[in-house]
Amino acid sequence: MAQLTVTIDRLTLNNPVMTASGTFGYGFEFDDFIDVNALGGIVVKATTEEHREGNKYPRMAETSQGMLNAVGLQNKGIAYFRNAIYPALRKYTTKVIANVSGSTIDSYVAVAEIMNELDHISAIELNISCPNVKEGGMAFGTRCSSAAEVTKAVRKVYAKTLIVKLSPNVTTIGDIALAVEDSGADAVSLINTLLGMAIDVNSRKPKLSTITGGLSGPAIKPVALRMVWQVARTVKIPVIGIGGIASASDAIEFLLAGASAVQVGTANFINPGITIEIIEGINQYLDIQGFASVNDCIGALITE
Amino acid sequence: MHTKKQILDLQVIKHTSLNNHHVVLTCTSEKKLPKLLAGQFAEISAGDTAGTFLRRPFSIHDYNMEMNTVSFLIQIKGNGSASIGSLQPGESMNVILPLGNSFCMPAEGEKVLLTGGGCGVAPLLLLAKSVIAAGASCDILIGARDEENLMETEELSELGTLFTTTEDGSEGIKGFVTDHPVMQELKEKYSKVYSCGPDPMMKAVATIAEESGVDCEVSLENTMACGIGACLCCVTETTEGHKCVCTDGPVFNSKTLQWHN
Repeated sequence: MAQLTVTIDRLTLNNPVMTASGTFGYGFEFDDFIDVNALGGIVVKATTEEHREGNKYPRMAETSQGMLNAVGLQNKGIAYFRNAIYPALRKYTTKVIANVSGSTIDSYVAVAEIMNELDHISAIELNISCPNVKEGGMAFGTRCSSAAEVTKAVRKVYAKTLIVKLSPNVTTIGDIALAVEDSGADAVSLINTLLGMAIDVNSRKPKLSTITGGLSGPAIKPVALRMVWQVARTVKIPVIGIGGIASASDAIEFLLAGASAVQVGTANFINPGITIEIIEGINQYLDIQGFASVNDCIGALITE
Repeated sequence: MHTKKQILDLQVIKHTSLNNHHVVLTCTSEKKLPKLLAGQFAEISAGDTAGTFLRRPFSIHDYNMEMNTVSFLIQIKGNGSASIGSLQPGESMNVILPLGNSFCMPAEGEKVLLTGGGCGVAPLLLLAKSVIAAGASCDILIGARDEENLMETEELSELGTLFTTTEDGSEGIKGFVTDHPVMQELKEKYSKVYSCGPDPMMKAVATIAEESGVDCEVSLENTMACGIGACLCCVTETTEGHKCVCTDGPVFNSKTLQWHN
């Protein structure tokens, strides 16, 4: 059996398979189906400074090999997270990572400061890429200057591993990745959802209340893989690959392209046990290919 | 009282066509089925060939613990439901169940009214059986476009007095469910009303129930992805903010819903 342990900055993961924020709740929703502690880590639903109700229904539209969502960061705010959710998260022995979002730099900082005090939160993932909110979110992640500014501000108050989650809705993702690396990010994760849209032709109305939403699922995997490959060649910090991963083979593609770990997202909705199958599949692949460690296949893409 | 949710393969043992776009699939499992309650649902995979991406949610239509069977009433609307609805005895389908909350049972001796519109009769069969098992009794009022779309009338009429309405008047009272005279006697005859059907129908039933001072539970059918409370896509507005239809519902007391505003 090959060695599956990977490291992201100071964070040691038992295996490279994590769950993507917004697709795995707080982990509890999956306790009936899998041993959550068998995962490399879980990234829990985004937390903002204030309670948010999110966008109006309808928030979801199925598409070819994917789905659009417009949830809009529904969560009960950092105070509720700290008082009611965090104590329950302490039962997990796997690494728990908190996704942090906001509408202003101050609100990102406010959440990060509290997360920094929570021992059992091993890292935060700065969400500068949510396409479904009017203010903040993706607005920070689509320009180098604002991405750098929010990363720097959070870096000042957050001492543990700081991951920045990047938006694919940009012209050159490598430039944004470099900007956040220079501003103190310890790792980058990518991609968040691609901005998309769907229309009901009979009613001539958009299928989402917000008109546009974020596309996820297997449909976006080739785009995500290309971006992970580009970013992994551009920055020195670890890259976490996300986007349409639904099998071990998908996950391995991201590792070969240079990702040190992966996050499984939308596939959790269809098969709540998929992450465990992916870990088993990676293990088998490493054995068959004769890799002693998963680290040997990270960035092992052969291009010549 | 949490029953563990499971992913399992069900084997179809009976395919009953109700009309040209509704099918009842009766299924069994090699493993013992978890306890299923009236109002709960399952997320059913349409399989690899349907060309769909997400699972499809369907109410538990009937459940027999001794026989280890569960049935679903499938309305064929698109590629996913067409694929599921075409399954024949001997074929299998992958499901996640039990999902969602359930209808609150009446107290012993109470009499309740079950109302359903179109394929909204789906959860009413198990509901009627459960009401009787709880020592209460029920009348059942179902409505549809026409006679052909009044479904499961034989089974339902064995469980209580069955009232029917059709929009074209081909069977029962002509009009909507809410046009039936029994809707004007809620306070006198029933301690509670249950409703499942299109949103406008449930809203109309709930309005009459509330005006009559009778408690009303409705079963919502919002578009959903995961069915387990992870994606937060299927929310409905309630007096306590957005709630997931998949985990906080699908059954809600009508007074907690904000749909009247």
